Amino acid sequence: MTPPVLLDIDGLRVSVGGRPVLRDVSLQVRSGEIAGLVGESGAGKTMAGRAVLGLLPDAARVLSGEIRFDGTDLLSLKARAREALLGRDIALIPQNPMTALNPVARIGTQIVDGLRMHLGLDRNGARARAVELLQAVHLPDPESLLRRFPHELSGGMRQRVLIASAFSCRPRLVIADEPTTALDVTVQKQCLRLIRELQRQHATAVLFVTHDLGVVAKLCDSVAVMHGGRILEFRSGDDIFRAPRHPYTRALLAATPRFDRPGDTLVPVSAEVLARLQEEVDVYDAAH
Amino acid sequence: MRVSPKLGFGLGVYLGLVLLAFGAHWIAPHDPLEQDLLNTFAPPAWRDGGTSTFWLGTDSLGRDILSRLIHGSRVAVTVALIAATCAGILGTVLGLCAGYFGGWVDTVVSRIVDVWMAFPPVLLSIVLAAVLGAGLHTVVIAIVVIDWTRFCRVVRAEVMVQKSRDYVTSALTIGLSPWRILTGEVVPNVVPLLITLFTLEMGIAIVVEAVLSFAGLSVANDDATWGSMIQEGRQFVRQAWWLMVAPMVCIVLSVLAANALGDGLRERFDPLLRRERP
Ligand SMILES: Nc1ncnc2c1ncn2[C@@H]1O[C@H](COP(=O)(O)OP(=O)(O)O)[C@@H](O)[C@H]1O
Ligand SMILES: [Mg+2]
Repeated sequence: MTPPVLLDIDGLRVSVGGRPVLRDVSLQVRSGEIAGLVGESGAGKTMAGRAVLGLLPDAARVLSGEIRFDGTDLLSLKARAREALLGRDIALIPQNPMTALNPVARIGTQIVDGLRMHLGLDRNGARARAVELLQAVHLPDPESLLRRFPHELSGGMRQRVLIASAFSCRPRLVIADEPTTALDVTVQKQCLRLIRELQRQHATAVLFVTHDLGVVAKLCDSVAVMHGGRILEFRSGDDIFRAPRHPYTRALLAATPRFDRPGDTLVPVSAEVLARLQEEVDVYDAAH
Repeated sequence: MRVSPKLGFGLGVYLGLVLLAFGAHWIAPHDPLEQDLLNTFAPPAWRDGGTSTFWLGTDSLGRDILSRLIHGSRVAVTVALIAATCAGILGTVLGLCAGYFGGWVDTVVSRIVDVWMAFPPVLLSIVLAAVLGAGLHTVVIAIVVIDWTRFCRVVRAEVMVQKSRDYVTSALTIGLSPWRILTGEVVPNVVPLLITLFTLEMGIAIVVEAVLSFAGLSVANDDATWGSMIQEGRQFVRQAWWLMVAPMVCIVLSVLAANALGDGLRERFDPLLRRERP
């Protein structure tokens, strides 16, 4: 039985300063599942995630489309209602752990703020919960960690703090925007395992944004392939890897190293495929 | 806890000034207004004919220079603290709102700042003094009215930079309200800048007070201020140069100390506040 749809992005068109960045984006994330959003840099992945969070840049305009979260229309939500939702029901794991924490606030404050606001915990209760959370992401000596400042922590430690913080209020949806891109390879693996572990534990739905098909193959129940602000193909993970339909998906697969076929030579995405995509984008833009 | 030479110097001078200002009555060896017409133009103690009764000599009415300098520090310190605080609060609040909320708030504040800065500051303070009458309050008001724009512009620009930082996005994604992000997340990041601006402003305020006293627009004439001492000393610069030099040294020292204090405090707190630039 397939779980119900939790996040439903439907025909979303967004432009920034008059330039289209999302072109009819539709995708669904089901309760407790991980949906991958894959595409190269500039494809519009971050924009899609930001649209869900209601944090599009000032110059951005939503031209049409809907984003429903558990039936609620996120695009027409009032500021108050959105503040109540963010952090509690929808959380973000940011791309760059080095800049995502406030440099002048102690680690404790940054986790405790959300807990107190959303779960109504008092100071002590929130601190106790924060210690548990840091333990859950396998950080040593959580008590003293709470009193430290971000610059005293390594990138991997910070990302663990941010992961702990994202899962702190047991959100139903976590948006992970390239959560491991800024990290060392070894730390990347640990962080991925951690996200997976917490996701299973809390049955959280995750929109996992990445440019790395290899990561998606291991992690995701469904996959959306994105290019030029368009979703080219959105299907179950197995289908997409076994029988990719879109030429770009096939090209992307051929360009990604695979564990099951280590001997394969990698072929970069051909200019021909990219030219075709650009043509389609031009046709689309002319029609809108 | 190690204190850098800069911070030590700045802190030392300002703590000393505050001490002198509050304890002037007990510390000054003479009454600053007491005239001794038998002892006019007494040279400083280390020069020929100087006595240890008047360490820095006496002026044209035989008043003790050292005592007048010490009493003059009261005006300098009062003006520096009050004017810098008021200008700082006014400019910072407006700068924070303009930088963070943008839109029409920013447009209105920026427009006012532009118009404000088009007035020549000296003219503005003289007009103010003419309207309000001479006095300490006039000096303070003149400094606040002129210098709040300095805080406003710099704070606005810094807040706009801070606002685009990732930690603000993080705060938004955990559902903090804009007001809470401004006061709880952005403001602490602006504090090092505010410290620097504030200490610079203290130095500026001391100079402006001296200029206005020199022009006779500050406190009533016979009260000792550094500016009025320079003004009086100027007439006798050939006979007794120290009359003019002594208060000038005080002013220069205060300004240097203000800058050193600002730099020292920033360096002191920067390891803690180390910014990660993206
Ligand atoms: N703040 C912004 N203002 C204007 N355009 C932007 C901004 N951020 C991204 N873009 C544009 O939007 C498009 C999609 O960017 P983004 O969503 O960041 O891509 P991705 O995350 O897939 O690398 C790009 O063409 C980029 O140039
Ligand atoms: Mg991105």
